[in-house]
Amino acid sequence: MRHSVTAIAAEPGFGPRFFLLALFAMSCEATARIPGASVPARAKRAMLSGWGRYPALECDLYRPEKLAELAATVTNNSTSIIARGAGRAYGDAAVNAGNRVIEVTRLGRMLSFDPDSAILRAEAGVTLDEIIEVFLPRGYFPPVVPGTRYVTLGGSIAADIHGKSHHRDSSLARHIVSFDLMLASGEIRRCSREDNAELFRASVGAMGLTGVILEAKLRLRRVESAWLEGELIRAENLDAALEAFERTDREYANSVAWIDCASSRGALGRSILNVANFAPRDSLPPALRQQPFELAPKFRPAVPIDLPGFALGPLTVRAFNGVYYAMHRESAGHRRFDYQSFFFPLDSIHDWNRIYGKRGFVQYQCVWPEAQSRAGLIEILEAISQSRRGSFLTVLKKFGAQDGMLSFPMPGYTLALDFPVAGGLMEFLDRLDAMVLARGGRVYLAKDARMRPETFRAMYPNLDQWQQVKASADPNNRFSSSLARRLGMLPA
Amino acid sequence: MKLLLLGATSPIARLLAMRFAAEGSSVYLAARDAGEAARIASDMSIRTGAVVLSGTFDAVDFASHASLVARAADELGGLDGVVLCFGTLGDEDAAQIDPDAALATIHQNFTGAVSILTLAARRLEEQKRGFMIVIGSVAGERGRARNYVYGAAKGGLHTFAQGLRGRMARAGVHVMTVKLGTVDTRMTWGREGTLLTVSPERAANAIYAAYQRKAEVVYVPWFWRPIMGIVKLIPERIFKRTSF
Repeated sequence: MRHSVTAIAAEPGFGPRFFLLALFAMSCEATARIPGASVPARAKRAMLSGWGRYPALECDLYRPEKLAELAATVTNNSTSIIARGAGRAYGDAAVNAGNRVIEVTRLGRMLSFDPDSAILRAEAGVTLDEIIEVFLPRGYFPPVVPGTRYVTLGGSIAADIHGKSHHRDSSLARHIVSFDLMLASGEIRRCSREDNAELFRASVGAMGLTGVILEAKLRLRRVESAWLEGELIRAENLDAALEAFERTDREYANSVAWIDCASSRGALGRSILNVANFAPRDSLPPALRQQPFELAPKFRPAVPIDLPGFALGPLTVRAFNGVYYAMHRESAGHRRFDYQSFFFPLDSIHDWNRIYGKRGFVQYQCVWPEAQSRAGLIEILEAISQSRRGSFLTVLKKFGAQDGMLSFPMPGYTLALDFPVAGGLMEFLDRLDAMVLARGGRVYLAKDARMRPETFRAMYPNLDQWQQVKASADPNNRFSSSLARRLGMLPA
Repeated sequence: MKLLLLGATSPIARLLAMRFAAEGSSVYLAARDAGEAARIASDMSIRTGAVVLSGTFDAVDFASHASLVARAADELGGLDGVVLCFGTLGDEDAAQIDPDAALATIHQNFTGAVSILTLAARRLEEQKRGFMIVIGSVAGERGRARNYVYGAAKGGLHTFAQGLRGRMARAGVHVMTVKLGTVDTRMTWGREGTLLTVSPERAANAIYAAYQRKAEVVYVPWFWRPIMGIVKLIPERIFKRTSF
């Protein structure tokens, strides 16, 4: 607006009246926006929840469409703020009851790409889905992908996501060259392992509590096709599954096991493992080799309504798990997977979280140190089996090396479960917490909606160190969330 | 094809431009916030591989309009189409009592459009080919107590585009008017009554489809045509009391 003032005033016929008009327009801008934003930022009062749909809390939701608007929303207020991406964290990480939530989904521009270094610079709101859509046909893939492609880059860094290749590739942070973090003052810090290194380590995995990630440089992985080649392994029980992980983790960059959590006794932990590497083009059959990045378009059904609470009761879950295991009984052996069904099986059902009905569900993901993993797994699987609380989908995965102050992974095994919200569930999960904690393990913040603060403190030993960095980067705790307050994460 | 987009930072403009770029068009993104335009240009060029340029454009800086059209055509190496996407609701309350605020709304939505469209039309008419897409609003169909200043500007824009369509038809240049309903952008964010609101993706796709079939006047989404048909039939005596 500023430069147009002089231009209009200089125009013959446009006298002082227009000058006043322009001044008026400028004075409007001084209130809730900054130069460049033509409409004041407006909040929407909304009940917000994570992907688990529990808890749902009322927040002031902003969705800036320009960087300038985002800056204005961060700096110009006295309440606390948390950034939100696609809303795929399960619990209350991107919820800020009674305070501001800034959804960055409209700020997802790709800013530069260098094909030689494979480094993509993009804004926080870009999704892995978009990155795959644009770059897979050119022979690049995100270095780390979680179980869904519909997460944003900013959210992925904030959760320091891990994928099926963690034992080989660690978490996403390892592949982030740098990111730009907006502090409460509006000041922007570029964080990398060289610059603001402490803030880098304190921000990855810290669920947005150090500031708003504006953009990041991410090193993509080169791939020769959209296919993976590997094996489908049937494991009769937990020991067989762990043995299969150990046996294959040098050969295969990606591995994951689905566990039949309804199994018990001798079959406890029986599972189906998928292990695979991206397929080199030459290894594909001629029909696929022609267009190695093309997959046949898939029908993507949606869950159109919230299913009634009983739809995923213990019996249906047992039946589903049994059928799933039986289905794969005969199909063990060499396998070619398309990347979509290998990495993102649940994405093929739109809004799958609705199958749990209106009350929502709670994800529970924990990890144990390597030496404690086997005993920890047996303990938890037995507890679930006895409780008759079926977890619809139970996933086992081996982790490798890990950095980051509040990042979830540690070398060892991780188990992810989901439970529909029902009576007694919170007490049951508290029991699981105690078991995990006793073995030196921890629970994933991106999935948590219910952990107790004392448990969290005990599980994340770097919290003190993190709070020091947080206190110097955000002395007034302007960045906060329902999760942060529930877990007592903020420094006093 | 070589395209000039005016007011390129709105989500609808960005997605519409992306459709053109994906078909291989070169695009010049002109917007008041040049930094935003540059970001969008990088994004579109990475995603589509198209040539995407950007520069500053201020609808109310009339004196700069001629050089903008010339610069865009020069950098693109020609000009086949102009898409006018800018517009702002402004401060509706202030516009009702303060003539300066009312005039600001008129200039940002109408006068500025008249200025730039006149210049662009001259160029397309001379070369006897090309097209224009003018994005208006259903608010321009009937004056409402709540936003009649904005509505008047958009109504003026529709009439201007209508006349321009007739004149340009003689030169083989197609002018399409888009009457936009409520779209999920910051203009409607946090406001009530968003039942009929559609995503910017849907709006942009509808505009692109209308462009492809060379529509003259198109409502986006389509259901606003019957809605406005009915709204326009309501007698003034009754309409003035309604809360539309």
